[in-house]
Amino acid sequence: MMTNHGNRITQGQFSFLPDLTDEQITLQVKYALKNGWAVNVEYTDDPHPRNTYWEMFGMPMFDLKDPAGILMEINECRKTFPNHYIRVTAYDSTRGWETPRMSFIVNRPKNEPGYRLMRQERSGRSIGYTIVPYSTDKPEGERYS
Amino acid sequence: MTDTKINEKRTSSLAGDMSVDLDAEFKKSNIQEVLDKLDRELIGLKPIKTRIREIAALLLVDRLRKQFELLSETPTLHMSFTGNPGTGKTTVAMRMGEILKRLGYVREGHLVTVTRDDLVGQYIGHTAPKTKEVIKKAMGGVLFIDEAYYLYKPENERDYGAESIEILLQVMENNRDDLVVILAGYKDKMDRFFQSNPGMRSRIAHHLDFPDYSPDELLAIAKLMLAQQNYRFSPDGEKAFAEYIPLRMKLPHFANARSIRNALDRARLRQANRLFASRSKNLTKVDLVTLEAEDIRASRVFQEGKLDIDGDEGTDKAEEARRLKEVK
Repeated sequence: MMTNHGNRITQGQFSFLPDLTDEQITLQVKYALKNGWAVNVEYTDDPHPRNTYWEMFGMPMFDLKDPAGILMEINECRKTFPNHYIRVTAYDSTRGWETPRMSFIVNRPKNEPGYRLMRQERSGRSIGYTIVPYSTDKPEGERYS
Repeated sequence: MTDTKINEKRTSSLAGDMSVDLDAEFKKSNIQEVLDKLDRELIGLKPIKTRIREIAALLLVDRLRKQFELLSETPTLHMSFTGNPGTGKTTVAMRMGEILKRLGYVREGHLVTVTRDDLVGQYIGHTAPKTKEVIKKAMGGVLFIDEAYYLYKPENERDYGAESIEILLQVMENNRDDLVVILAGYKDKMDRFFQSNPGMRSRIAHHLDFPDYSPDELLAIAKLMLAQQNYRFSPDGEKAFAEYIPLRMKLPHFANARSIRNALDRARLRQANRLFASRSKNLTKVDLVTLEAEDIRASRVFQEGKLDIDGDEGTDKAEEARRLKEVK
């Protein structure tokens, strides 16, 4: 793909940019906290775009005033899962929103093999298309090692 | 090798023979305003105010040193407040957050007040997440651990408090830029706590001992408290209260400013009752704000030399916590 160098997964915010530095992450988290959103850290090793619910790392973090605590948790998660996808989401509980308002990836596996395109022959010569991540050929926890 | 490194750096910032204006920097930081407010609103507490001044000076000079790229480690500001009940430990801790924020030492300056219950879990594996959650909440501000000696229970070696202390120590060492930890408690118990946790003692740079108030200071505090609630003493009332204080100090469970506040609360009760009893005549604003001598002299402290029936303030920490929450 021309627009996506190195086959990197592009999900959420900033995913076409180079990886955010810790200072940049801190500033983003600060913005979320300023708006009163609850920030949490999630991880997964299944990068399929329909995999919406990632595993939450540790406890959800409410009532934080300063991004330092979240950065601490991110680093903890990176230490535990150095080869997983890790993302930071900011949840807005305001009535009418009640949804994540921010979500960005803060850690990726070193090598991202990308997706296989699957074609399915259907009746009447029609073809169904789907994608499958190469990495999910292996069982959970053994991908990207 | 490090010397040459520092020298190189210095040339990139201010040259060695240039001067900076300490006074201008001082004015810019609005510290004087905070210190004045402290003087105005906190009566007595000389040693505490002196130490806060010293810390302010250190942080200010540190900031200037940075302009010359004179590197030194960030000073540790973890503190321990010891003193009898009601000597203002919590009040000063709340101010500390604001002061440190003005000085640019912490980013947010909020105060998170916790006790053993908030840090220590109930089963294996519960303590660490609980302690960490509290620490994360306090980051960028001040973590105030009230009655910290309860964290360590030497009689029970399987107590989870030790685990909590361990995590705290680690954070106090590694995240010095992110939060300031203040431990508070009664002097003798805190001394024992530090004796059994030497690691804790050495990581705390400032051990502040809050002195008891003198009767004069207590009277000044009483007047300040009344002014905050839009009350005042009549001249006789003030005299009566000045007599009340030494009498109350002799009785058991005397808790300095907290006893004074409770006495005032009861005086307000009696005042309301008195006004109610004479409700046939019209009341003026002056009537509503004035505490008369009779409101104070009705106390059992005067009548029988005993505590008022509801006067068990020395032990009432729960009440204190509720009040604090209401203030917030």
